[in-house]
Amino acid sequence: MPVATMKSNKVQEAVNAAIDRHGVTRDELIPILNQVNQALGFLPAEALSEISQRLKEPRSSVLGVASFYHMLSTKPRGRHVIQFCESAPCHVVGGREVWETLQESLKLAPEETSPDGKWTLVTTSCLGICGVGPVIIIDEDVYGNLTADKIPDILARYS
Amino acid sequence: MATIKSLDDLTRIRKEVLEKRKAKAAAGQIEVIVGMGTCGIAAGARDTMKAILEDIQNNNRVGIVVKQTGCIGLCEKEPIVQVVIGNQPMVNYGKVTPGVARQILADHVADGKVVQNHVILL
Amino acid sequence: MKTIRSMVLVSSDPISLQRGAQGVFDRLQAEIKTYGLDEEVSLAMIGDVGRHDALPLVIVYPEAAVYGPVTVEDVHTLVEEHLYKGRIAVDLQASNRELSGKIAWLNTRKGTLPAEQRIVLRRAGIIDPTNIEDYILHDGYTALGKALTESTPTQVIDEIKKSGLRGRGGAGFPTGTKWGFVAKEKSAKKYVICNADESEPGTFKDRLILEGDPHSIIEALALAAYAVGADEGYIYIRGEYTLAQERFKLAILQAKEMGFLGQNIFGTAFNFDLHIHSGAGAYICGEETALLESIEGKRGQPRTRPPFPTTHGLFGKPTLVNNVETLANVPPILLNGATWYRSFGTLSSPGTKVYTILGNVNVTGLIEVPMGITLREVIAIYAKGMKGGENFKMAQTGGSSGSIIPASLQDTPMDFDSFGKAGVALGSGALLICNEDTCVVDLAKVLLNFFRTESCGKCFPCRIGTQRAWEMLDAIASGRATLKTLDQLMELSTNLYNLSYCGLGQTAGTPLKDILTHFRAEVEAHIRLGVCPAGVCNTKEAVH
Ligand SMILES: Cc1cc2nc3c(=O)[nH]c(=O)nc-3n(C[C@H](O)[C@H](O)[C@H](O)COP(=O)(O)O)c2cc1C
Repeated sequence: MPVATMKSNKVQEAVNAAIDRHGVTRDELIPILNQVNQALGFLPAEALSEISQRLKEPRSSVLGVASFYHMLSTKPRGRHVIQFCESAPCHVVGGREVWETLQESLKLAPEETSPDGKWTLVTTSCLGICGVGPVIIIDEDVYGNLTADKIPDILARYS
Repeated sequence: MATIKSLDDLTRIRKEVLEKRKAKAAAGQIEVIVGMGTCGIAAGARDTMKAILEDIQNNNRVGIVVKQTGCIGLCEKEPIVQVVIGNQPMVNYGKVTPGVARQILADHVADGKVVQNHVILL
Repeated sequence: MKTIRSMVLVSSDPISLQRGAQGVFDRLQAEIKTYGLDEEVSLAMIGDVGRHDALPLVIVYPEAAVYGPVTVEDVHTLVEEHLYKGRIAVDLQASNRELSGKIAWLNTRKGTLPAEQRIVLRRAGIIDPTNIEDYILHDGYTALGKALTESTPTQVIDEIKKSGLRGRGGAGFPTGTKWGFVAKEKSAKKYVICNADESEPGTFKDRLILEGDPHSIIEALALAAYAVGADEGYIYIRGEYTLAQERFKLAILQAKEMGFLGQNIFGTAFNFDLHIHSGAGAYICGEETALLESIEGKRGQPRTRPPFPTTHGLFGKPTLVNNVETLANVPPILLNGATWYRSFGTLSSPGTKVYTILGNVNVTGLIEVPMGITLREVIAIYAKGMKGGENFKMAQTGGSSGSIIPASLQDTPMDFDSFGKAGVALGSGALLICNEDTCVVDLAKVLLNFFRTESCGKCFPCRIGTQRAWEMLDAIASGRATLKTLDQLMELSTNLYNLSYCGLGQTAGTPLKDILTHFRAEVEAHIRLGVCPAGVCNTKEAVH
């Protein structure tokens, strides 16, 4: 599996910060990856190597974990990540129309990042906010009770 | 707050808290409580909360405590706001947009007139 | 805590409203208060229940008495006779001759009480979850204090056993029995874990508890630890629940500060430490052994069982894993006793169950009702009927690992055993209620898409089977399938069940079996006629 690279001091800084906070034991691997992923937007190959050395865990097993969990990414992502819930409760109350509108307005297919690096569009399994479905999450902001016509206004809030 | 070392400690603290709350209610304290679970927030509770805080500041309303609570399970009616004035029973409002929130503060909190068309039964 | 004894429902369909149902409702509310019954009688509006000749109706549970047509003037007598004195107000009853239409089902529900009874959700949405004082004011930490100072661990386990509490994480395993397994292990180190990975589509009851009442779970975990002899615990909260994690972090700090966590709790020799572990997005981590792997920092893939976590769990030590809702029942049981708890629900499934109501209904949300309520009651009483008066076609229960329940089963009591007998699953308590605009093939496709995405890949029957099943459903939906595809689907469903390593793959085939059992004609229409009867699927690709 190809893992994107990132040549920057930021990688080292992010790994250091995460290890300072969580320590170097194996059971802290996921919290460490989570924090680095948040700091850099994804997990570049350099970060995985560094973490593997510091934790004395084979690189394969670090990559194994990094590629297993949906919230961790080994590919660079846009400045804003839109998560669309594709599970049944949102689907039956109008999720399909919202999904089509999202793809059309962003001109993106699932898992794609826009050429200007602004948006990444991903689908996700149920987020547990079904009572106000259909739902999307942009970065950390949750939008519920969505209809297709609300999409342009919401997208316009992000630069 | 003090550390609890026995059941008696716990009972004592509970009594103290209760006394404190009663005194506040007797003094006519007004509580505005916003449902801030994830559902509430997704339905716009943060905007509602902001409107309430701004309105209180802009109109120099005093004696109001703004609090938050979790979801009560009535997703359909989010955002939900509850108002308690002194010892009066709690009034629950549903679908409280920033506009409705301002109306609740002006009519109910300041003037004692419940905003009937947004009252919900819990 | 409010203990509900009667439930009064007022019909609120357009005809009832036109004939003064709102006035009847308001007067009922006032009279119930006058008689001081508001702590034990619950009052609600109900959608259209038939009997259009006798509207507006007033229905009183548990007697399932039907009164109608009721006027404002009748209310006083009704409340005094039935609710206060406890005898049926015969003169006001709707005549037997008219007992037909949709409410015929009421007769079979005599003796039940579908009223909301909040035990695990009693504080959610009421207290300020960021303020420990609020929790303490509402009985908080009393059960822990009492247990530590007045009961032995064995007594605590016995009380839980007596209560008949069963796990709410899906399988319904008796909680006291599981606690007993961990308690009897001889080990210097044991763990208790709260499973808050809640990822079943349509389920968010655990989130509500965590966001609205985090201290109740801390108290329950401490009680569990005391009972089984553990001194360390984890709560595994799914990564997407950021607010729940924040609230829980704060609650742990507050509890530590006040001495409910840490050393010598309540001045006794009991020590307990609690950590939060955040998930990172993987449904499978809700499976308890995958969850253990994940806490240990590995890919969340299930372990071979046996050995079970109760003997070889986290870091190889005896470990108790319980769901959030299960744990939330513990402090009230210990505070009020097993006998009190058994006064709710059914004999084999005591207590309440939290359901999430979703889909094409008028009111979505979350309710906590005694075990044994029926789907029809949920739709009529809590969902306030189908949106736009449409017909109820089916419900999907328990997230993706639940069943698709056709309208014909809507009068089956929802408890572990009745559902088991009917061959359907209660699962996690999600009720996705669908009207006739929902296509069963399309719905099954969405469900299987979930499974193929979330399959952890460890065993091939699940990894490949879920993908193949999705492809076959896609072929049916787009008119490319033949009748033979249906036989293959049925076989695949059986194979998934028999050959998969864990519950994910085993239940992935349930929707396939369900749609072929209950909705065969609709599925076949896609193939034989090249049309989707619900008008959802695009069968244009059909090759005629
Ligand atoms: C695929 C799969 C997913 C599961 N997800 C959850 C979950 O999200 N939350 C949960 O409490 N139990 C979940 N379970 C059930 C757990 O394995 C376990 O039975 C449960 O946590 C035990 O708690 P209880 O006895 O309190 O029900 C899942 C099981 C499977 C097979």
